[in-house]
Amino acid sequence: MTAFDVSKIRADFPILQREIHPGVPLVYLDSTATAQKPRQVLAAMDTYYQQSNANIHRGVHTLAEEATALYEDARAKIARFIGAASPAEVVYTRNTTESINLVAFSWGRANLAAGDVIILTEMEHHSNLVPWQMLAAERQLRLEFIPVTREGLLDLDEYRRLLELRPRLVAFTQMSNVLGTINPAREIIALAHQAGALTLVDGAQSVPHLPVNVTELDADFLAFSAHKMCGPMGIGILYGKRALLQAMPPFLGGGDMIKKVHLRSFTTNDIPYKFEAGTPAVAEVVGLGAAVDYLSAIGMAAIEAYEQELIAAALTQLNDIPGLQVFGPAAAHKGGVASFTLDGIHPHDVAQVLDAEGVAVRAGHHCAMPLHEKFNIPATTRASFYLYSTPQEIERLVAGIRKVQKLFG
Amino acid sequence: MDDLYREVIIEHYKNPGYRGELDPHDFSFEDENPLCGDHLRIDLRVDDAGVVTEAAFSGHGCAISQASADLLLESVIGKSLDEVRQLTKEDLLELLGIELGPVRLKCALLSLKVLKAGVYGLGEAPDSLVED
Repeated sequence: MTAFDVSKIRADFPILQREIHPGVPLVYLDSTATAQKPRQVLAAMDTYYQQSNANIHRGVHTLAEEATALYEDARAKIARFIGAASPAEVVYTRNTTESINLVAFSWGRANLAAGDVIILTEMEHHSNLVPWQMLAAERQLRLEFIPVTREGLLDLDEYRRLLELRPRLVAFTQMSNVLGTINPAREIIALAHQAGALTLVDGAQSVPHLPVNVTELDADFLAFSAHKMCGPMGIGILYGKRALLQAMPPFLGGGDMIKKVHLRSFTTNDIPYKFEAGTPAVAEVVGLGAAVDYLSAIGMAAIEAYEQELIAAALTQLNDIPGLQVFGPAAAHKGGVASFTLDGIHPHDVAQVLDAEGVAVRAGHHCAMPLHEKFNIPATTRASFYLYSTPQEIERLVAGIRKVQKLFG
Repeated sequence: MDDLYREVIIEHYKNPGYRGELDPHDFSFEDENPLCGDHLRIDLRVDDAGVVTEAAFSGHGCAISQASADLLLESVIGKSLDEVRQLTKEDLLELLGIELGPVRLKCALLSLKVLKAGVYGLGEAPDSLVED
């Protein structure tokens, strides 16, 4: 871990300097739920409100022009960050969930009819399940699921068989928020295209942690959230291929998504504005732009490599603890996520005792109840890592777990 | 942690006095907290005067939810059903003797919710049973 200066990175995150209890420094191992924010992101949002705040588009005064330029500059940065052909293919939403709902509502309702098949996977977050369940109920669609193996990988042989159903859409997570599994997105997409299906990639976990390029993947849609990649909450992205977005009907109606409005009719604006009704979260967009700058300066490949070292070290130490079972594949196939159970001890109790040690982990089903049902466990404790996590923090996690076992043993 | 996992809580969690099932029973109800997958069933027997004579809980959950169920059932033995219906959130928290944040409060209150839904003969256990 020589080239990667984690102590320099940590100095950028004010919250990591705080003590969570008197004399107990914070060990933040819940980045899969939301990442912490570097001062560069906080400063960009602060400066926006102190210097340039105005409503965007159509304003001709200086502040409105500045705010509009900041809003659109961020879009161009994000387009470059994910390898999109044009900023017009980058739609601002509130979060990954809204991005997926936008596709289900707009593309789904315009294109899907009774009997049409959508393929999902058994490892999806509720945000990539429920919108399709809602649409399936409304339109009598058929949902099929790529199974998850005991090792926590997608069963691609079964996927090939499911493709014989000629699905219209394959929607899948690129990285599981529970198992940490990094799915072979390029292969899944290529197979879907051969079968005539479009693809939606849930990038909520992958975009913050690995290089993701929509052009290389040939993804039709990609959804992700700013807050998991060091940006603020309340802003998310839907990438869609230009021709698809152009053909889709609008999502929410209101200001900014229109060209002309009459009393009884309207004409829609061009993409991406067609999908951005109402005053958007401009400061949050500015914050996301700063987060993209921050991550790009370090390099997504370097971040991925560093997290690989962390998860390999974590798995080695966790697997040494008697009575502890980690779910998901070996380090080579996963990102920095370790979900585990401890024999005879409820995840809530694990998380609570760890909190007293300053170690923040998550306990529950992590918005993936079907996956927990599959493994026949009600809940897990999840430790997750990011670019600011350290090997010393893994040691504090392990020491905390031993304390839990002592208390409840 | 020392506050939350007081000795009494660990003791009731590790060595519960009221774990099990009663068959037959006069009242039985079960419910779960879907947030954490906790599942709890409570069985009661009452005498002709409507006084609780026996109680048992079964299911699985965290130390707070399990200790809370055990302490609660210990406290209802000898109480009339009317008294059980009037139990409040504060009564239960007093038994536990700890301060709880909003997330863990749900764990602690599951037992009271299940108990009251049972004695009221409800088909479900709404949160309103344990709210002020």
